[in-house]
Amino acid sequence: MSAFFLTIFVPFFCRAVVQGVPLLFGATGEILTEKSGHLNLGIPGTMYMGAIGGVIGAFIYEQKVENLNPFLGIMIPLLFSLLFSGLMGLLYCFLTVTLRANQNVTGLALTTFGVGCGNFFGGSLIKITKADVPNVILTRTHNLFCKTLPFASKLGWFGEMVFSYSFLAYLSVIIAVIAAFVLNKTRVGLHLRAVGESPATADAAGINVDRYKYVSTIVGSMIAGLGGLYYIMDYACGVWSNDGFGDRGWLAVALVIFTLWRPALCIFGSFIFGGLYIIHNYLTQALHLSFASQELVQMTPYVVTILVLIAISLRKKRETQPPAHLGQNYFREER
Amino acid sequence: MENNQSNAPADAVSEAVIANEKAIHEPLFHVVKRDAMPWYKSWGIRIAAVVLAMLVVALFGFVLTKNDPIAIYRVMIDGAFGTENRIWSLLLDTALLLGVALAVTPAFKMRFWNIGAEGQVLMGGLICAACMLKLGDKMSTGLLLLVMVVASMLAGAIWGLIPAFFKAYWNANETLFTLMMNYIATSIVSCYCYIWSGGGSGRVGIINRKTKIGWLPNLGSHTQTLNIVIILVLTVILFIYLRYSKHGYEISVVGESENTARYIGINVKKVILRTMLLSGALCGLIGMLLVSGTNHTVATSTAGGRGFTAIMVSWLAKFNPLYMILTSFLIVFLQKGSKEISTIFGLNDAIGDIVSGIVIFFVIGSEFFINYKLMLRTKKSGKEEK
Repeated sequence: MSAFFLTIFVPFFCRAVVQGVPLLFGATGEILTEKSGHLNLGIPGTMYMGAIGGVIGAFIYEQKVENLNPFLGIMIPLLFSLLFSGLMGLLYCFLTVTLRANQNVTGLALTTFGVGCGNFFGGSLIKITKADVPNVILTRTHNLFCKTLPFASKLGWFGEMVFSYSFLAYLSVIIAVIAAFVLNKTRVGLHLRAVGESPATADAAGINVDRYKYVSTIVGSMIAGLGGLYYIMDYACGVWSNDGFGDRGWLAVALVIFTLWRPALCIFGSFIFGGLYIIHNYLTQALHLSFASQELVQMTPYVVTILVLIAISLRKKRETQPPAHLGQNYFREER
Repeated sequence: MENNQSNAPADAVSEAVIANEKAIHEPLFHVVKRDAMPWYKSWGIRIAAVVLAMLVVALFGFVLTKNDPIAIYRVMIDGAFGTENRIWSLLLDTALLLGVALAVTPAFKMRFWNIGAEGQVLMGGLICAACMLKLGDKMSTGLLLLVMVVASMLAGAIWGLIPAFFKAYWNANETLFTLMMNYIATSIVSCYCYIWSGGGSGRVGIINRKTKIGWLPNLGSHTQTLNIVIILVLTVILFIYLRYSKHGYEISVVGESENTARYIGINVKKVILRTMLLSGALCGLIGMLLVSGTNHTVATSTAGGRGFTAIMVSWLAKFNPLYMILTSFLIVFLQKGSKEISTIFGLNDAIGDIVSGIVIFFVIGSEFFINYKLMLRTKKSGKEEK
């Protein structure tokens, strides 16, 4: 038991967390957006943009200087990432809030655009900047992002399970906790939820509906973009590969439903999804699974999400419903 | 008003009122819904949006390649129409994208946000491939083709019906539901790819390469003609179905207002289920065309993102099947043209996604100016001039 715990469970848990962190960022961002009544299907594209933003920032900085300043080495990719994903949020907002475009179509277009931008700049960055390197490999930035706490290794399995991650992983949990607090305990959160449930009522109560929608969507997009940044700088060791981020963005959207639009639940949900994402590797060893059944195991997060979706629509409990105006634009003069 | 003094001067009150009126500032403009616009105006706006988008694309191309816009568009046109093969490939891709767009349209017209076309196409393709592999030597070619069509349509229909059922009876969010169904379909397809590939490669390869059992027959000299013809026929049928049939009318009413539909005695649940059955079945049929008529193999990339692109195609055409020929052509042209740009200038071919993204953003945005108008602030009072 103990051997199993130390040699299998602890590494599995750590890898699940590492897989879960991008999902946690994405889902927290998406929750903020959805709470304002906008179903942002552009989140996968936004996460790609966050990733490529970080890559561009880090790449330019690494090309410019010989020795990285640790502070700048982290801040430049971080700010680039926030800027790129924030712009995606702004674009989505401008189209759906101000121009009242269809949210699904806008979101999907945003995802096409974002994934396209990620792959395009990831694949053509060297050509565009005329840099003299064969590949985009940002090992130095990766090392900066992956600084772990110094005492982690001294605490045995506990240290490994709790303290062995990079700072963005802790940031994801902190952001989720803050988001939960803001949504449930503050006036701003109350107003935001009101906007998502019934924008007309919120408007009548003097809440600036458009401003809430803009701020929550842009902040949400920025948070989601950090998920891309974490993926590329930590998990992928600073190496950009096209489509490497995969379908994690959609998994983040699924996670929002799975955790019933609650950021605090998202923390645990993301680790579960992260575990489900990689569990097939472990099951193969333990149960001698074939490649074919491995692929079937991969669909568990989605099946579980559908079951949750069915369950909440069957039970119709008020607390577990999606925001009432999710997916519908608000126009004050509409009857 | 300060204090409750009875002899407060009356003009102090009126002053306060005036100050108050000044404090209510009127916004610079406000947004009003427009009545229906004449068609030439609304299409003018859309075309202007596309032209603007093209300019932005040209600018983007200029920044990247330092070539003037005309040169860039010449490359794009060459990439799309340059050789006979390219024209065929352009036509085929347009037809296939159009097919998926047609398939999602009935559901979208009903405001059922089916973004699961990708999965429905995949399931259709998977079943089609299964028929080709397992039934190929058991029946005559004609019967096999018939079985393939029916089975693929059934598979797509089931994949579409599951979310529709939960939407109709328990109002489960169909956008999220259909989205999840895509990934389940992907997993199932990739599972079968491993099984059928024999070894561990996970690639099925060309099915019945030698015998060509289950391949869609050639019409005329070219292999792709039958695909294109089938989809064009489908376009006309769907146009008539949506425009002139009772079903089409019911779909529009449910889409415009579910309450109205219920009030005039339309069985909303039935319409939702029936329409998604049709939508899914058409997706399945396109899956079959992709596997049996185009690729002759199945993979997770069989649908190739068409399920998502089709939604934009359908929406840009205002759910009108005939306009969809234009919009799907536009998107495919942009993708092919951009691919040529990326080959010639040594850039990544994802540039096609960026270009189509930009065009779609502009067209989506232009809808605002068709549906709404801005009323500027009038000079003196809050009342607007008519």
